[in-house]
Amino acid sequence: MISCYRISKRFHDHTVVRDLTFVAQTGEVLGFLGPNGAGKTTTMKMITGYLPPDTGEIEVCGLNVQAQPLAVKRCVGYLPEGAPGYGEMRVWDFLRFIGQMRGLRGSALQAGLERVVWLLDLEKVATQRIETLSKGFKRRVGLAQAVIHDPQVLILDEPTDGLDPNQKQQVRELITNMAQHKTIILSTHILEEVNAVCDRVIIIANGQLVARGTPHQLEMYSRYHRAVSFEADIPFTVLDQLKSLPCVLDVEYHARRKQITVIPTQGLYIFDEISHFLRQHDVVVRRLRMEAGRLDEVFRNLTGSQSTDVNQVVDETSRVNLGALR
Amino acid sequence: MSTVIGGIVRRELSAYFSTPIAWVFLIIFVFMTALMTFTLGDLFGRGQADLGPFFSLLPWLFMFFLPAVSMRLWAEERQTGNIELLLTLPVPPATIVIGKFLAAWAFVALALALTFPLWLTINYLGEPDNGKVLAAYLASWLMAGAMLAAGSLVSASTRNQVVAFVVTVFLLFLLLWPGMTAAELESSTSGFARFFTELASAVSFLSHFRRLADGIVNVADGLYFVGTIAIFLVATGLMLEWKKTHAL
Repeated sequence: MISCYRISKRFHDHTVVRDLTFVAQTGEVLGFLGPNGAGKTTTMKMITGYLPPDTGEIEVCGLNVQAQPLAVKRCVGYLPEGAPGYGEMRVWDFLRFIGQMRGLRGSALQAGLERVVWLLDLEKVATQRIETLSKGFKRRVGLAQAVIHDPQVLILDEPTDGLDPNQKQQVRELITNMAQHKTIILSTHILEEVNAVCDRVIIIANGQLVARGTPHQLEMYSRYHRAVSFEADIPFTVLDQLKSLPCVLDVEYHARRKQITVIPTQGLYIFDEISHFLRQHDVVVRRLRMEAGRLDEVFRNLTGSQSTDVNQVVDETSRVNLGALR
Repeated sequence: MSTVIGGIVRRELSAYFSTPIAWVFLIIFVFMTALMTFTLGDLFGRGQADLGPFFSLLPWLFMFFLPAVSMRLWAEERQTGNIELLLTLPVPPATIVIGKFLAAWAFVALALALTFPLWLTINYLGEPDNGKVLAAYLASWLMAGAMLAAGSLVSASTRNQVVAFVVTVFLLFLLLWPGMTAAELESSTSGFARFFTELASAVSFLSHFRRLADGIVNVADGLYFVGTIAIFLVATGLMLEWKKTHAL
């Protein structure tokens, strides 16, 4: 378990993390979402004990990070941003070095090495120098060093950044498989990843928490939550009629794809009403479906412009959280 | 803990040898020491079977060569981002600072050992005081340690190895130079000059080294270098900690 209570961090006169509070439970994958420079990496560095927070308390596995840094580091695996590694070392030697540094000896070390090499499919490159590897393999070596001691807590800074779709899928599967018995925090700005691997998400902007919840809960903040979309050749008069329905907030029309999206007023359930309306007007419809909400839109709204409505959303989010979450 | 330090030392040493750094360094260092001993030091012309010229030139050769060994210690870690990996391992930062330093020091020990042909030469030419030669080698190695520790501090303060090199050369010059002035002022009798001479010889690497290299086995001079190593290594640790927050 990881808990951060009101942590802040300043660099020079620039506050990078501001009064951040959150908890990640065992068996949970918590996603850090936010634009570049939002404070995700700094927060991760504080959890791993690399940086001390200026104020606030961080507990990892029931241990205070500042009071017992070594004990905390022992139970944490960390994939730093960009996943470096010593380029001139061979994969096996590098992993053995990390294993030794993490206190693995003899047969335990050998077993750990064999496990991560198998887990991350590194047999083929085990004797290659890290600098000669492709980006995908380098990232896998980075992940391998992070899990060689089978840590209770995993901190992964943009684990799929720069990987091709297949590699992304592999890494996500790996994370999901490991999640059961571990606490995992990962940062990303790829929104599809959130739905794919995260149980819960916190959105950070300018070092502040702007929203938290399950991916599904966050989608509810989208104006597209419960929106009805379909493809059809639809006369503009009918479109106008559709727009004037009381339950409809707005209608978006994508000319090239002939795709229409009907946005409900205040997240109302309008699917039945819309399909009924379309049948009434003899509109031939393809791919009629209800949207769950668009995370990218929520993300942009929450992190794009820092204004008063952001704070409002936080308040709303917190209220939802108190009810629906812990 | 010893396995941890051993692991760090081994990794650092293998890093030296898996890049051309080590080989280029060793070959040119050995070549330069020999060349300068015979030309500038005029080993043959002196008509004495000792390594005096070698040991009097060595501090100045060290001034240029050792920064090349120490420059990568931390600057490279910072440049590649591996510093985060290293400092989030469950190992006290002091252990890593010491491990890296020991690797560099061991490497220089090897470089010094490879100058053995000079020692063979004087033994062939005459009958040198080999005890004195050994003491001078030990003194050189001790001074190299202090220089590398200083280089480690400079390396910890930057991510640029070239900057680390240049600044370290300058710092080593500052640490050697008062010893030269001290030698010049020795003849002077004025009170101020006396005071300055003593101060200069107290702080300079050179005066401590010269006494040790002359075979005057002096605990104070030995402790001076050991203490200097300790101070610079502690400062390296503090610099690493400070840099985390004060330079992104």
